Amino acid sequence: MLVLAGIAVIALGFLLRFNPLLVVAVSALVTGLAAGLDPVAVLAAFGRAFNDSRYVTVIYIVLPVIGLLERYGLQRRARELIARLKRATTGRLLIGYMLFRQLTAAVGLNSIAGPAQTVRPLIAPMAQAAAELQTGGDGESERVKAMAAATDNVGLFFGEDIFIAIGSILLMKGVLENYGIDIEPFHLSLWAIPTAIAAAIVHGTRLLLLDRSLKRKRA
Amino acid sequence: MIGLNFVYTVAGLAFAAFALSALAVRPRKWANAAFYLLIATSFLAGDLLGDVGNGVLVLALVALAASGRMRGGEAREGAVRPRGSRLFLPALLIPVAALVGTLVFKQLPAWFDPRETTLVALTAGVLLALAVCYAWLRPGTAMPFHDGRRLMDDVSWAAILPQMLASLGAVFALSGMGDVVGDLVTQVIPSGSLAGAVIVYGLGMAAFTIIMGNAFAAFPVMATAIGIPLLVNGFGGDPAPVAAVGMLAGFCGTLLTPMAANFNLVPAALLDLKDRGGVIKAQAATALPLLAFNIVFLYLVLR
Repeated sequence: MLVLAGIAVIALGFLLRFNPLLVVAVSALVTGLAAGLDPVAVLAAFGRAFNDSRYVTVIYIVLPVIGLLERYGLQRRARELIARLKRATTGRLLIGYMLFRQLTAAVGLNSIAGPAQTVRPLIAPMAQAAAELQTGGDGESERVKAMAAATDNVGLFFGEDIFIAIGSILLMKGVLENYGIDIEPFHLSLWAIPTAIAAAIVHGTRLLLLDRSLKRKRA
Repeated sequence: MIGLNFVYTVAGLAFAAFALSALAVRPRKWANAAFYLLIATSFLAGDLLGDVGNGVLVLALVALAASGRMRGGEAREGAVRPRGSRLFLPALLIPVAALVGTLVFKQLPAWFDPRETTLVALTAGVLLALAVCYAWLRPGTAMPFHDGRRLMDDVSWAAILPQMLASLGAVFALSGMGDVVGDLVTQVIPSGSLAGAVIVYGLGMAAFTIIMGNAFAAFPVMATAIGIPLLVNGFGGDPAPVAAVGMLAGFCGTLLTPMAANFNLVPAALLDLKDRGGVIKAQAATALPLLAFNIVFLYLVLR
């Protein structure tokens, strides 16, 4: 029962707006102590897991290239490109991007796009440029940029589980194996397809509604 | 064989360059430089530090983040002549190299670690794009790392929150969190009610993901608590949809939580949103209907 204190630490630490890294570290310590581990054992377990999951933090190697290209005008160029496409709308652009993201993630290519690789340098400026054309004004830049990032996440999350060798599928297989249930990764990935379709419909509808609301702004 | 060792070497050198860049600006950004140097050390020498050594490294990272001394990216200096549409080519080179490399490297298992082809290909794509930029734009050796470090300063400590949460999950597992939660939540389900069990399972996946920032951490807890003992063994459900749809219910939680920093806070920082919660707000109206869909769908499949 005492180990639940670790969860309480997370919830409370976040409510009180402590630095999240600090909250996570304290939660690990509290949980470990509550389970009867000594502090050094908790530190070692945490350090080992941190070292084993370094791949999570690799993506920032793209920043030098993106930062440099922006210095030479990449974002502005992306906006100008969309400004020349007369029929491009924010919603249609983002629907296209969402489907691209779902399909590529479904074949295991989830690192080819993302907030640093594609959304900041390309997708967000393009969506903004389209929104400016639609409203004939400021284009609600905050809302459109947030929606661009949201679309990237939705496309990724509800595409990747269709791929049989993705981490979450392998994790499920591993957990089920602990209970003597042997299951093919392919079988798990098939069951991700209905939700992928539902995600495309729900988020696609919202993007079309975004177009309508941008259009109303103009009128 | 080329695998994570290559990827980690490049990442370590990139963070070392960020650290040097943070020391080169005036006024110097000591805290940022120390933070990047520690990450560089982790990438380059993490396997040599030992478990406790890595733990101490994490404590130092946490201390720097909590000190409040890390600074955001400064304004860009030095005007250059803007270039045309060819700027897209190096930017697109990275995803294209990741795509082509993933497919090609898989055919060469003797040379490339087949489990890590996408990360290796992505890294190779970044190096290729950087080489193209140097040859074409001639920005000076340090310029890409100054520009990259400015973006990194905006992301700041949030960069390692996902890695921290993954490590927290390991400590939770070691401490037997799954069994404790299982004992607790089964008490709120009316006995014999499939609908009740599915609802608690789906909502539990989402809620635990919101707390942990990661559906991977929530799944073992909820599978141990409800998925296997009740839905599969109790109601005789097919384990494949129980696992797959449960995980996707967790993903709906990922869309709703600031703890999933890499998906929700980092993009807000990268896109200069005034509201750090802006991405989560944009996702809520997609996540909630999808969570409901997953719960209803799983119920209909298991019924």
